[in-house]
Amino acid sequence: MTHKVHLDHAHLRHLLNAMIRIRRFEAKCVELYQAQKILGFLHLYDGEEAVSVGVMEALTPQDAVIATYREHGQALARGVDPGCLMAEMFGKLNGCCRGRGGSMHFFHRQTRFYGGNAIVGGGLPLALGVALADKMVGKKAVTACFFGDGAADEGEFHETLNLAKLWRLPILFVCENNLYAMGTAVERAEADTDFVHKAASYKIEGERVDGMDVVAVESAARNAIDKIRATSDPFFLECRTYRFRAHSMFDAQLYRSKEEVEEWRKKGPIIRYQTWLEENHLIRAEEVLQMEKAIDAEVAAAVAFADAGALEPVSELERFVTMQEVPA
Amino acid sequence: MNAPQQPVAERMTYREACKQALRQALAADPRIFLMGEDIGRYGGCYAVTKGLLDEFGEERIRDTPLSESAFVGAGIGAAMAGMRPIVEIMTVNFSLLALDQILNNAVTIPYMSGGQFAVPLIIRMATGGGRRVAAQHSHSLEGWYAHIPGLRILTPATIEDARFMLIEALKDPNPTIIFEHVMLYNMEGDLDAAIASVDVSRAKVRRSGADVSLVAYGGSLFKTLGAAERLSQDGISAEVVDLRVLRPLDAKTILDSVTKTRRCVIVDEGWRSGSISAEIGMRIAEEAFFELDAPLRRVCGREVPMPYAAHLEDACLPQVDAIVAAARELVRPS
Repeated sequence: MTHKVHLDHAHLRHLLNAMIRIRRFEAKCVELYQAQKILGFLHLYDGEEAVSVGVMEALTPQDAVIATYREHGQALARGVDPGCLMAEMFGKLNGCCRGRGGSMHFFHRQTRFYGGNAIVGGGLPLALGVALADKMVGKKAVTACFFGDGAADEGEFHETLNLAKLWRLPILFVCENNLYAMGTAVERAEADTDFVHKAASYKIEGERVDGMDVVAVESAARNAIDKIRATSDPFFLECRTYRFRAHSMFDAQLYRSKEEVEEWRKKGPIIRYQTWLEENHLIRAEEVLQMEKAIDAEVAAAVAFADAGALEPVSELERFVTMQEVPA
Repeated sequence: MNAPQQPVAERMTYREACKQALRQALAADPRIFLMGEDIGRYGGCYAVTKGLLDEFGEERIRDTPLSESAFVGAGIGAAMAGMRPIVEIMTVNFSLLALDQILNNAVTIPYMSGGQFAVPLIIRMATGGGRRVAAQHSHSLEGWYAHIPGLRILTPATIEDARFMLIEALKDPNPTIIFEHVMLYNMEGDLDAAIASVDVSRAKVRRSGADVSLVAYGGSLFKTLGAAERLSQDGISAEVVDLRVLRPLDAKTILDSVTKTRRCVIVDEGWRSGSISAEIGMRIAEEAFFELDAPLRRVCGREVPMPYAAHLEDACLPQVDAIVAAARELVRPS
């Protein structure tokens, strides 16, 4: 059984738009990083956009999302306003976390975005808890938990998969396998490089999908979510993808060849999908140009919003170390 | 004949007090549930949760696999999503397997999210030495946890605190760790029927005195009270301060006591270097240096991994003799 993605014109355009939006938002981030408006680490999603765009299409607002430190794409695709994300990276009060999190730690309560997480594997146990809470109160929600291939090296990955199946928790595990844990290739870290197989050892059903194909990801995610909702069992989706840029901003990339990167760029999720759309006369080149123009305007507005933001007064430094109440 | 009177006190063990607290919490709020290793069918490794499974069922008395990081993390996630989990970790040494979740998620997420998410999570664990179980089950790491901003650290030593601290902690929107000293579980005492709650922000003077302040917590409290009794036979009036809360530290109660007695011995089962006793000593030095008539003294756990042999373990832990000797030296230097 495969879930047919409803490929009307609007949806086809939307998928392309969502991926280009992430790509161009991050291209602006690079500029702003070089201009030292964004500090610290900056992990770009360049090349992996199809994964979060495809998966988010299958989620509803009542579902929950847990992401990693490379989570700009997830946050944008989930519907978090780019202005408050940019402002967060500027360290401003109007950022989504009032400048306390930065690029690696976006949180957004309204969209049930339970955070970026800069401890590899650290978000997986949280997914258990969010899914358990939803299940205990009878909420029919799925928790989508994103993590990279490197997370499978961590004990928390195995503990979490075991518990998710044991307790039958509605979690969609999304393994963004970009073939490298920072600079360590999968085959240099994993005795078993088949992640779906690892999930199967915990009796979790899974599927490997081409993470460079947005329609394939959306289709697989829809199937997975349908199964989770029907059975309340977790599902494991391995998305094979590739990171085109450095791990963070400084990385000599000694661990892979330029040729390898170039080969993957040719298979990039945007170029591939856009070419397919154009070749099949589903979109015209000028439509894409218009799309890009509108996105650039949105990104410019996000930057302006971030620029205009105030700084949190230092007198508020200790605020939220302890909470005064549980937010409603 | 007088009419039968209401009982003024109920006699129970510390263990029973912990259990009654859990039962009260579970009955009061459907969002509260328990997770931990062998808390259900086995009844808890220290039998604190025995019987609760029959009363509240498997959904709310959740046995977990031996996955401290995952089930503590699950508690954090569930707390973020609106529940009020109480997680039991068998012993403080095992909690180190979950330290990543406690430090990197439970206390950072409220802050890093700019206050969008709270983590109203309770973690209970057994702590401390004295049971001859050597160096992987006997340490006293409360002071480590007290280093971490965002946590509330409770160390109930009395039946009353074991019975009521949990209930108050559940009102706190922040993660709280409750350390139950292993040597206290079998302790019996009277629970005053007139008391229905305790404060979880203040230290408490357990014995009033004039000559020296003895500051202690958890498993060392009753040894310290024993030392105070011995000192009184020598004509030395010792005041005993039970810290109760290691974070946020109630410096005022300590400073008030030291300002009165002008001498202080801090008793801490944790290792001396970098300990909560060091923190307390420094607070006194910063805030009450000129009130002191004598140097500060500490009676701490000896700085070794806990040995198995009884005589060696006893030599590691703060004991009444050492507390008495330290206090005596301050009051009547030879």
